[in-house]
Amino acid sequence: MIPLSAYVALSAVLFMTGLVGVLIRRNFIVVLMSIEIMLNAANINLVAFSHYLHSMAGQMAALFIIAVAAAEAALGLAIIIMIFRKKMATNVDQINILKW
Amino acid sequence: MMWLLFTYFATVGVVAGILTVSLRNPVHCALALLTLLLHMAGLFVMLNAEFLAMVQIIVYAGAILILYLFVLMLMNLKTQEQHLHKKYSYLVFAVIGLLGELLILLMLSPFGGTLGTATPDIILETGPSHAVGITMFSDYLLLFEIVGVFLLGAVIGAITLAKTPAKTDTQELANSPTP
Repeated sequence: MIPLSAYVALSAVLFMTGLVGVLIRRNFIVVLMSIEIMLNAANINLVAFSHYLHSMAGQMAALFIIAVAAAEAALGLAIIIMIFRKKMATNVDQINILKW
Repeated sequence: MMWLLFTYFATVGVVAGILTVSLRNPVHCALALLTLLLHMAGLFVMLNAEFLAMVQIIVYAGAILILYLFVLMLMNLKTQEQHLHKKYSYLVFAVIGLLGELLILLMLSPFGGTLGTATPDIILETGPSHAVGITMFSDYLLLFEIVGVFLLGAVIGAITLAKTPAKTDTQELANSPTP
């Protein structure tokens, strides 16, 4: 029987991988993919706790997280298409017009 | 046997995650992310959540990732010389240190709590999809409806953002050939 802490440790490693991706990648689309990795790590945590604590609430939260991830991907990609049309840039350090 | 499966899914998942954040070509990153999502679906099956595993494959790998690939192909990005923020690379070491401390804390802490009513036996009696469906449409009905409206709003927002800007009347008149 696999202990719960193994799943939680896997989720921590994946979350940190996604965090590093958000911090050091320059391409905006890959930054969005790193956010997907972090959401997936949270999903593993929720499903593991849901299995080990005999409750359906974790699986429900994971389903809603998947829905939120879909919305986030659609909006983020729409924004990047809009910026790409105007500036031909997809690097996050070229898109800083909101910074003052 | 369970340990073998868990080790396989976890190792390939973590390697695919590291490849996702470190590969140079964004399309390769998307394919590594696809590997990660499929292996996480395998872990969901091991955790008695077959419905969630199928949702993961269909929605995540099938819809969201294809959206990413469409946008990547649409932009036709050149592979970049410098794909990482070199001046922030010290952050990697900070994050690795944080991760080490987090893992030690996780291994030391006992996990436990009040057990719920949905034991694996009860779930397996009628199937995971049945359990998920009953819970979703009884206890979580309001949340389900809210997520529906939320997704509708997100889709409308995405269409509005990505739409080609409409030409004004004067431009159209100036550009149109005279009949």
